[in-house]
Amino acid sequence: MRTIILMSLCLLGLVGKTQAQVYMTTTGLTQIFSETPMENISADNKVVSAALNTATKDVAVRIQVIGFKFPNKLMEEHFNENYMETEKFPTSSFKGKIIDVIDFQKSGTYEVNIKGVLEMHGVKQEKTIKAKLQIGSDKIVVDAPFDVKLADFKVDVPKLVFEKIAEVISVKNRFILLPKTQ
Amino acid sequence: MKRCFLILGLWLYGTAMSFGQDYLLAELSKAQKDIPIYTTATFKSTRLVSGHSIETIAAKHLDFRISHRFGAINSGFNELFGLDQSTIRLGLEYGVTDRLTVGLGRSSYEKVYDYYAKYKLLRQSSGSQNIPVTVTGLVAAYTTTQNTMPTRQYFNNLERQSYCAQLLVARKFGEKLSLQVSPTVLHRNKSETPTDANTLYSVGMGGRFKLSRRTSLNAEYYYTLPAFSKADLSRDAQFTNALSIGFDIETGGHVFQLHLSNSKGMTERALIGQTTGQWSMGDIFYGFNISRVFSFDKQKNQHQ
Repeated sequence: MRTIILMSLCLLGLVGKTQAQVYMTTTGLTQIFSETPMENISADNKVVSAALNTATKDVAVRIQVIGFKFPNKLMEEHFNENYMETEKFPTSSFKGKIIDVIDFQKSGTYEVNIKGVLEMHGVKQEKTIKAKLQIGSDKIVVDAPFDVKLADFKVDVPKLVFEKIAEVISVKNRFILLPKTQ
Repeated sequence: MKRCFLILGLWLYGTAMSFGQDYLLAELSKAQKDIPIYTTATFKSTRLVSGHSIETIAAKHLDFRISHRFGAINSGFNELFGLDQSTIRLGLEYGVTDRLTVGLGRSSYEKVYDYYAKYKLLRQSSGSQNIPVTVTGLVAAYTTTQNTMPTRQYFNNLERQSYCAQLLVARKFGEKLSLQVSPTVLHRNKSETPTDANTLYSVGMGGRFKLSRRTSLNAEYYYTLPAFSKADLSRDAQFTNALSIGFDIETGGHVFQLHLSNSKGMTERALIGQTTGQWSMGDIFYGFNISRVFSFDKQKNQHQ
């Protein structure tokens, strides 16, 4: 009986903490880069939201795919229409957890591993991302670059000369997370 | 018993964890409003075949268009089935904003300059905002600079002007099919013949069906309405409604449009007012458009 009470208390404590210590942003920046000898292509997305729960070390990122802006509108059209199929899959997301020990009370820069699931183009895949956390007194800045192999996410790029798209796209993320006000 | 509870507890703890991530994700979708997803590529080009489509050029992008129409296929071997004769239109069309395009063109047939402005009034979208159709308004003017001649006399420069207004309404039905209706008013200060009406009311109907990711089959028909009352003139009976069938090939930067039509028109003025061919008589003209879009969006090109 004591165990049950103990367990419930633990759980309650957990739930209580979940709601209190959430850092988030709705104006994150995600950039994608495709580099080939023929052409370098990049796009920015500012319709990205991210959240970090310092109590549970849970992490979530939500990207609205239509928000990717290319310098060339034709590329943007192809990106949405042919590759990402944005109308079918409007959002990409990542949910995971920081697997390293980290003290959020102490300011400083930390290199951590985040293990979780990346969902893109309707395909879910497990991924461990190396991220840099700069913890300040009232904010956490996250830099999380990673690579995406297009074939893994069933993004089909025709092998033609005029398609100058890399097989592996590098993705850079920068989120300035602020404490969530209830 | 204790162990049982311990396992249950751990399991609960585990679900609380993944629940926590989903909870965060749900919070995020609440915190950030979804932006509307505007339908892109209803058509591959700003022209369906010869008439306009609802598409406009993106901001700071320039579309250079070369269009050709050859002679009638039934003109015989001596004319190499029409390939000996060709008329051309060169056009430069620029996106001022994503919704506003201005264009300038010159057709060799009757030496006509054309100018137009086109504005996307309504954009088909899904997601947080649901609009079923895209509506684009077009105004155009045409000036013929051909010398006056006994068969075609101009007494002043105003007679060389024609005007056109068009409302283009289209919907993309899923990935493959897009349909368009385009009510059009065309006014010529000088009509083609003495029995030809100056103002014509026409309804364009058309669509495209995607055959593959990069090719599509297009069709377009302009039906010109008869005179509203018996006292009014209608379009001279020698002119016919234009029916065109096209095939689009998209290659990244270029769009190639190949087509067969009973009209040699590359502007609404010629398409609605000057078409004389009849499919049933074999007056079919082969033609093509080549469109190349250049981006002048320099600032956004730079990163870091």
